[in-house]
Amino acid sequence: MCLAIPAQIIEIIEEEHAVVDMGGVRKTISTALLDEVAVGDYVIIHVGYALNRLDPEEAAETLRLFAELAAATDAV
Amino acid sequence: MKYLDEFRDGRLAQGLAARIHQEADPARAYALMEFCGGHTHAIYRYGIEDLLPANLRLIHGPGCPVCVLPSGRLQAAIELVERERVILCGYGDLLRVPGAQGDTLLKAKARGADVRMVYSVDDALAVARASPEQSVVFFAIGFETTTPPTAVALLQARREKLDNFSIYCNHVLTPPALRALLAAQDTNSPPFQRGVAQSAGVIDGFIGPAHVSTIIGSQPYEFVATEYHRPLVIAGFEPLDVLQSILMLIRQINAGETRVENEYTRAVQPEGNRKAQWLMAEVFTQRSSFAWRGLGELPDSALAIRPEFAAWDAERRFTIPKIPVTDHKACVCAEVLRGVKRPEECKVFATACTPDHPLGSCMVSAEGACAAHYHYGRFRQASSPCPSM
Amino acid sequence: MPLDVKHGVVEMSHGGGGRAMTQLIEELFLTAFDNEWLRAQDDGAHLTVPPGRLAMATDSHVVSPLFFPGGDIGCLSVHGTINDVAMTGARPLYLTATFILEEGFPLAELQQIVESMARAAHQAGVPIVTGDTKVVERGKGDGVFITTTGIGVIPDGVDISASRAQPGDILLLNGALGDHGMAVLAQREHLSFDAPIASDTAALHTLTAAMTAAVPGLHCLRDLTRGGLGSAVNEIAHQSRVGMRLREAAIPVHEPVRALCEFLGLDPLYVANEGKLLAICPAEFAETLLTVMQAHPLGREAAIIGEVVADPHYFVEMETVFGGRRLVDWLSGEQLPRIC
Repeated sequence: MCLAIPAQIIEIIEEEHAVVDMGGVRKTISTALLDEVAVGDYVIIHVGYALNRLDPEEAAETLRLFAELAAATDAV
Repeated sequence: MKYLDEFRDGRLAQGLAARIHQEADPARAYALMEFCGGHTHAIYRYGIEDLLPANLRLIHGPGCPVCVLPSGRLQAAIELVERERVILCGYGDLLRVPGAQGDTLLKAKARGADVRMVYSVDDALAVARASPEQSVVFFAIGFETTTPPTAVALLQARREKLDNFSIYCNHVLTPPALRALLAAQDTNSPPFQRGVAQSAGVIDGFIGPAHVSTIIGSQPYEFVATEYHRPLVIAGFEPLDVLQSILMLIRQINAGETRVENEYTRAVQPEGNRKAQWLMAEVFTQRSSFAWRGLGELPDSALAIRPEFAAWDAERRFTIPKIPVTDHKACVCAEVLRGVKRPEECKVFATACTPDHPLGSCMVSAEGACAAHYHYGRFRQASSPCPSM
Repeated sequence: MPLDVKHGVVEMSHGGGGRAMTQLIEELFLTAFDNEWLRAQDDGAHLTVPPGRLAMATDSHVVSPLFFPGGDIGCLSVHGTINDVAMTGARPLYLTATFILEEGFPLAELQQIVESMARAAHQAGVPIVTGDTKVVERGKGDGVFITTTGIGVIPDGVDISASRAQPGDILLLNGALGDHGMAVLAQREHLSFDAPIASDTAALHTLTAAMTAAVPGLHCLRDLTRGGLGSAVNEIAHQSRVGMRLREAAIPVHEPVRALCEFLGLDPLYVANEGKLLAICPAEFAETLLTVMQAHPLGREAAIIGEVVADPHYFVEMETVFGGRRLVDWLSGEQLPRIC
């Protein structure tokens, strides 16, 4: 629920903030809801806050599953 | 854009849709509710229903915090900003919500009230720091996705002793709303053995919220499966996620299963975001009851600010009266929100009730079912009226 | 004593009709705009206009902030009216410019704006031949408001109108949507985004001249300002009593514009542009028109985006990137960023 988008952390700022980049657009956001973040991490941003980290392996797995399901029907 | 475009791929969509067509049983009807307004918006904006079989219906749920905000609470905010001459900060879509007699915060702004749109509660804190001689009130709305940021802001205000800042709290909770929807169902009828002619209002399964779930995890939904015997699949925000979740629900329904599953594994863990949950618990307490537009009074369904934070609670700093505002008599939002009626079945849809002049909650925000249908989908009804200018 | 442009501000006397006003006009406006009509210093300009149908357009500019990446209120006001005239199919000839200045507005900024207008007018080859200045009290104006009016002549054989779209016609854009609106929005203090987006403000008259020369049978031209493409297609659909079918995948949008729209929950179809137009022409000329547009510096990203159909409801539908369909409706009120 609620408009949230994946963005990449490109810089950590003190006091629980970071700069994220999505499609070339940068914004300073709060990381107060997460314990630790690192440059390069992808996070979900909602109203200026990172809600959670995005797991690249799970993302890849989900996409692989989509492709598998889609391909299976091509063959039918 | 990474992690967005891949999940909107049209070619993969065709494949997933074909799968859904293959696996949906033509002798059955499937009624699936997407709870979250963001999902409603995605479904309409991408035209997802065009890819689904005719016996699969999507019912649009009440998960749009702007839509379920009671008009009385909104009217109280309009009166607050005009009477106390505070600076009122709120998220964009809040500014058009109608209170009594169609008045809005935008109209109050036109009359001279200091109403400011912000992207984040942090921007409201910045306004408070920049204007120490004025009171700044942040109009907080939203489900569990939006609540943790408000909690962080409140703690920050306390840390900084930002005495001119306060929060008008209207945060609401997802599980009680789901419970209210399910309690209204006839849960005694076996859901999986109906024929194609289905009874109105029955929900066979839920497409669960994406970002509420990143915060609360999957555990709070278990009652949907164990008490009400409906499957729920937590779905990511992108259209491929929604299709995949629909497929997972069909599979459960076909197999007679009722489980909570997670399709949004890249962002949702079963335990959710513990730190966010802890911060919310530190700052907020549950209201015993809260009136939801369209759903009525629901117990334990909304949050208030804890007494120890009274200095930053707008309801304690200012007199905010209870203003009863009844819905327009032609409005059937209560039935639309429960899936009993579709937007186009409302007598005033697209005539007296439009996004420019909303009469009911479902037309207020872009994610309300009626607004989404009006803006993206009403070409599907051949008899729908020509748009008036 | 010359004007103190570096440190001076607009004063009420600058609008009073006396020596102060004359000094402001001469040292700031006439110096920058300098041309034979202004040098004549008459109340109104004496113009020679070639034979043909006259087109006239006017536009007010109240943009905030006054300066933004890619432009300012000055060049915007020149481009905007040149484009309005160009969308009638006419060749723009002359412009007027009127200023409402707020007492206290820095002269340094005013000079920047005026010089930007002069540059834009000069580059476009459309002189500012007459104008007016007024000053309002501090607090009664947002720095500066500018209104420009333009006239032009429509060549014979060119008949462009919003009521001429026919079923079977093709829709074309000259480039990517949303740059101007998002460049300005990103500057708004409450939003604080750092976005590599610059306004696309540009004078489109040489592009439209090339288009009408190559395809005199062009049916419609519309610049996509407030309300964006979404508003323009609905206006034309209603006036021509037709429907339209668009293809989302064919509509160009630069990535940072898309990204900022995603952040804020805005739809690029409704975001303002200041250097983009929609063209509608009979199907047999579409490829020619596309080639001509792509050959022009302001049309490098031109694309065919859809077609006109018969539709009693005048609906504009779009095939989404996902393969489904959605309506492209009229804009309701002002687009406000969503949270949900």
